[in-house]
Amino acid sequence: MNYSLQALGERAILIALGNEINEQIHQQVVGLLAELERAKLLGVVEYVPAYCSIMVHYEPMVIWQSIRTSHDLQQSPSQRLKQQLAFVIEQHAARPDNFSPHEGRVVEIPVCYGGTYGPDLAEVARYNELSVDEVIRIHSGRTYLVHMLGFAPGFPYLGGMDPAIAMPRKAIPRAAIEAGSVGIAGEQTGIYPIRTPGGWRIIGRTPLKLFHPEYEVPSLIQAGDRIKFIPISHEQFSRIGDLHWT
Amino acid sequence: MAIEVIKPGMMASIQDRGRYGYQKYGVNVNGAMDEGSARVANLLVGNDEGAAVLELTLAGATLLFTDDHMIAICGGNMTPYMNNAAVPMWQPVLVSKGSTLTFAQYKSGCRVYVAIAGGFELRKVLGSYSTNMRGQLGGYNGRVLRSGDVLQSKSFDVHSSCAKLWKRLKDESGLSFNAQHFAVALEETATIRYIPGPDYELLTADSKRKWNSSIWRVDVQSDRMGYRLQGEQLELHDRAELISEGTVQGLIQLPANGQPIVLLSDRQTTGGYPKIAIVATVDIPVFGQLKPGDSLRFAAVTHQDAERLLLEYEQDMALLKTAMKLKCLA
Repeated sequence: MNYSLQALGERAILIALGNEINEQIHQQVVGLLAELERAKLLGVVEYVPAYCSIMVHYEPMVIWQSIRTSHDLQQSPSQRLKQQLAFVIEQHAARPDNFSPHEGRVVEIPVCYGGTYGPDLAEVARYNELSVDEVIRIHSGRTYLVHMLGFAPGFPYLGGMDPAIAMPRKAIPRAAIEAGSVGIAGEQTGIYPIRTPGGWRIIGRTPLKLFHPEYEVPSLIQAGDRIKFIPISHEQFSRIGDLHWT
Repeated sequence: MAIEVIKPGMMASIQDRGRYGYQKYGVNVNGAMDEGSARVANLLVGNDEGAAVLELTLAGATLLFTDDHMIAICGGNMTPYMNNAAVPMWQPVLVSKGSTLTFAQYKSGCRVYVAIAGGFELRKVLGSYSTNMRGQLGGYNGRVLRSGDVLQSKSFDVHSSCAKLWKRLKDESGLSFNAQHFAVALEETATIRYIPGPDYELLTADSKRKWNSSIWRVDVQSDRMGYRLQGEQLELHDRAELISEGTVQGLIQLPANGQPIVLLSDRQTTGGYPKIAIVATVDIPVFGQLKPGDSLRFAAVTHQDAERLLLEYEQDMALLKTAMKLKCLA
């Protein structure tokens, strides 16, 4: 496994595992993340996975205290943590089972396409010279890998959309997009977990509440999951309306 | 015991040291823009440094105290007045029931912190009191404060540090507190120390010179999420499309328009612009006290120097903690 460690200020170190977006690197990110979280390194506050990197946020004063008690004053907190991260990464890389692909969960997301929930569906169909039904069939016909979460609470970056239904963002973003909206931006598809402004083409909406700040794991979707959109009717949408996940 | 917001001023919100541990779910960190002032304000009233504080922006706020209280005001100077008398900053102050605290006139800085003995009676959301306005969570109902909002303070028992401090303050005159030196030093042009970022070497020689020698201004389009800097346009040798990765507080990004952005408390958890610099942690609070139009310049430090500066700062903070503990013992 190729990796590099780079300090980003005095409170973060970036673990870079490559410089491209693909499933193999994604598997490495997810696998290493699990290993790091098990290692419980002193002073680490959190790990933030992305397409091909993991940002390690840490508390330098906590590491400093431990350096002081070990009387090894030659080392700085970032040097100490880099050493420990390298140790965990190399041990992980040496283990033969680390190359077995991570079996992510498949999360089914019911979506009511078109109508008031998907005001841009017809436009996406016209733009790609397809029928509305074809757009729905293509969009719901695949599973999408969740590479990472970012941008807004619970917002998933999904990979794997068919370019046949791609369409550029709107020139003028909408002031508010309702929570649960499913959209297309360029060759990407995504879901808005909270109400926010945005320029994506909105093709449908899920009644599921994707982000729940009261839960210890506040996001239904996590990096490493696969998402499958299931078309539902207006009537089913209102019936699922108050369903909760735990 | 309660404080009523009569006028919130330009923007008032509840903050603490930030919401860590949930960035992998896309949850922003938030937290006080001038974290040092928020921590000191808490320590001065006997609170834990991570208690919830009130962050006020510029002048204009008015608060009404419906009970006797002990508070501390730190940060920017908006001439705090209690009824008709000036209130000292950077020390605990007793407030009597029915008093009105106003921040009527701008003097310096940008953000003021009000800590109250016991802290505010609010529920932590995902481990923090900080307000996430975009996600509408944390703080006071997940939003900025409005006229008429009532903030309750937590009760504390007679053996708590808050109660002991309160008693001493009432009984003794001339009790002195040494915390003023935590105030962000504001000069005509602020000097911000930075560590060169991973993409710093992509700047052209001319852009490096401009970055290090020119004076930058805080753009009007600056907020708690990030400060945009106005100045000479910077260029990169090579503008490769970068892949999104985690961000850090104080990261300075260079978008395609050549005008740098400093990521601050409400930053997005991930981003993909070239990373030209990272503000030394000890200088991040300076941005909390800069307002649109203010000027600044950058000075490079090594990663090691920045670590040493942070250590010294934290040792100072530890001294204040010890001093406050001693005051509560005596």
